[in-house]
Amino acid sequence: MSPLEEPTTGPAPPMSEYRRREQSITLSPLPEQLEHGADGSEETTQELLTLNFGPHHPATHGVLRLLVTLQGEVVRDIKPIVGYVHTGIEKTAEDKAYWKVIPVVERMDYLAYYFNAMAFCGAVETLVEVEVPKRAQYLRVIHLELNRIASHLIWLGTSALDLGAVSIFLYCLREREKILDLFEMSSGQRMHTRYFQVGGVIEDIPTGFAHKLREFLKVMPERADQYGAILSANEILLQRLRSICPLDADALLSLGVTGPLLRAAGNPWDLRKAAPYSSYDDFDFKIPVGTVGDNYDRYAVRLAEIYESVKILEQALDGLPEGPHITEDRKVALPPRHELATSMEALIHHFKLVTEGFRVPPGEVYFPIEGPRGELGCFVRSDGSSKPARVHMRDPSFVNLQAFSHMAKGAYIADMIATLAMLDPILGGIDR
Amino acid sequence: MPDATGLELIGQELGDSVLDTIFFRDRATLVIDPPSIRSVLARLREKGYSFMSSLHGVDYYPEEPRLGVIYELLDMRRVDRITVKLRVPTSAPEVQSVTPDASQDAGWPTANHQEREVYDMFGVVFRDHPDLRRILMPEDYEGHPQRRDFPLGGEPVIFTCNDTGTPRSSE
Repeated sequence: MSPLEEPTTGPAPPMSEYRRREQSITLSPLPEQLEHGADGSEETTQELLTLNFGPHHPATHGVLRLLVTLQGEVVRDIKPIVGYVHTGIEKTAEDKAYWKVIPVVERMDYLAYYFNAMAFCGAVETLVEVEVPKRAQYLRVIHLELNRIASHLIWLGTSALDLGAVSIFLYCLREREKILDLFEMSSGQRMHTRYFQVGGVIEDIPTGFAHKLREFLKVMPERADQYGAILSANEILLQRLRSICPLDADALLSLGVTGPLLRAAGNPWDLRKAAPYSSYDDFDFKIPVGTVGDNYDRYAVRLAEIYESVKILEQALDGLPEGPHITEDRKVALPPRHELATSMEALIHHFKLVTEGFRVPPGEVYFPIEGPRGELGCFVRSDGSSKPARVHMRDPSFVNLQAFSHMAKGAYIADMIATLAMLDPILGGIDR
Repeated sequence: MPDATGLELIGQELGDSVLDTIFFRDRATLVIDPPSIRSVLARLREKGYSFMSSLHGVDYYPEEPRLGVIYELLDMRRVDRITVKLRVPTSAPEVQSVTPDASQDAGWPTANHQEREVYDMFGVVFRDHPDLRRILMPEDYEGHPQRRDFPLGGEPVIFTCNDTGTPRSSE
C-alpha cells in the first residue's frame, strides 16, 4: 500500500462540530437530469455548483439563507433555511396575560404590526364574545389600511433597490414617514404601537388626526402615480420583471399561497371581500388582479392595492361613526381614568385587569384576516385561565416561502433575486 | 362555516374515523382518529374544502393524549371553513404526513414547512414526510420548545464568554 492511499481500516477522523452540522443539512435530489454530461462528452459537461446565499445579504430582505444549486447561471434547486431570527414569540405569549400578548405578537411580522394585533385581538374577542363598537372597527380599518400602504411602500422601495432603482427607495420612505407620523399621533409610537386592544382600540384619534390623514390621502395617489411613472414604463424594470418566474393559480393554491401573489395569478381571493371582518363590507373597493402571475403582475397588483387602500381610508374617514372607541364591557377593557377617582367598581375592575388580566372561556379559535402578504391567521387556545395556552400565527410569509423554489427553478440567478423581492418575505414573520 | 347540523352530517358521512364533532363560536371542528387523517382530508377535499390554510400543533398538557395537530381547511367557493383535529400521545407521537402525493389521494404541498414546524416545536413525527428536519430551531437542538412542560428561559447564550473551556483574555 502506497503511503498516499488512504487506509481502509481504522477509526474515521473525528468530524468537527461545524462539519457535522453542515452535513446534516440534506439537499433534495435534483429534479431533472442534466442536459449534457451523461454521455461523458467533455466539452458540454457542466458542473453543478452549490452556492450559499445569505443569511446576511442585502437582497434576502432579512436573515434568510438560501442553498442554491446552480448549473452555470441557471438555478436548479433552492433550499431556504430559516430560523435565524426565531425568538420564540409564540412560547413567550403563553406566559403573558392576554392583553400583554399584544405587544409581543406585534413584533412577529414587523412591517404589519397592526395586522398581527388585529388577528390576535379578533381571536380573543371571538373567544370572549365581546362586541367591538362600530367606531373602533372603523378606527381599526383606518390603521390597518395605513399599515398596508406602509408595508407595500417598504416592499416597493426595497424591491426597486434590488432591481437597481435607488431613488425610488427614498421616495417610498418619504411617504411611509407620513404614515408613521400618523401612527405616532394616534398612539405615541411609530412602530409596534399596541393601539389595538381586545374590545376596541386604546384611545380615540386625537384632534388634527383626521385633517392630517386627509392631507396624506390627497398626496398619496399622486405619489403612487409618480412611482408608476418611474417604474412601470422603465425598460430595465420591464425586462427584469415581465414573464419572469410565473406560477399559475392552481400551483399557488396547492402551496397555500394567498394575498397579492395569488391575486397576481388571476385569482381574486381577498378575505376583506370574501369573509369581511371589522366592517370591511361597508366599504366600496376593488380587488386588483393580474393575468399570468409573473413578476410584473406581482408588482402591478401591489401598486394598485395602494390606490384601493386610499379609497377605503377615504370612506372610513368620511363615515367614521360616533360612539365609544372600546367596548363598555369592564371585564375586558380598562375603565376610563376619571372613573377611578369616583367609582369603587371601576377601581376593582382596573385592579383586576392590570394584575391578573381577564379570564377567557376555554376553547380554540382560528381567526384569519387579510394581511399585506396574504392570509394572516391567529390560532388561540384558552384553557380558562388569564393566559393563553397556545398562540399560533399562520404567517403568510412562512407559507409563501415554499413557493419560492417552484417559481425560481430554471431561472437565472439574477431573476431569482427579483422573484425573492416580489415574493416579499418578512423574516420576522417567518421565524417568529 | 357549516352550521351545527351540517357538521353533524359531514361527521356521519365520514363514519367511524370521526371521534367527535365540536361546534364552538360558529366554528366547526371534526375530531378524528389519527390513522385516518389522509382519507378524511381527501374526502373533505372532494366536498370542496380544497385549500389548506393552516396546520398547527397544540400541546394539551396535562390532558392525554397530549399532542394535537390541527388542520384548517377552506372552501374558497362557498367561503366555508372546517377544522380537522387529531391527538396523539407523547409516547407514540406519529402521524401520517399529508405533504406527499400518495397512490390513492393527492398531497397537500403547503403542509411541508408547517409539518416541519410542528415536528420542531412539538416533536410530532410525520411519517413519509419528504424532508422532516427542524425548521426554526438549530439542527442540533435538543427538545421541543413549544411543549408545555418545556421551561421558558434559563438557556445560556452561546458566546465564548459563557464557555468555561475557553481561556479568558486575562488568563
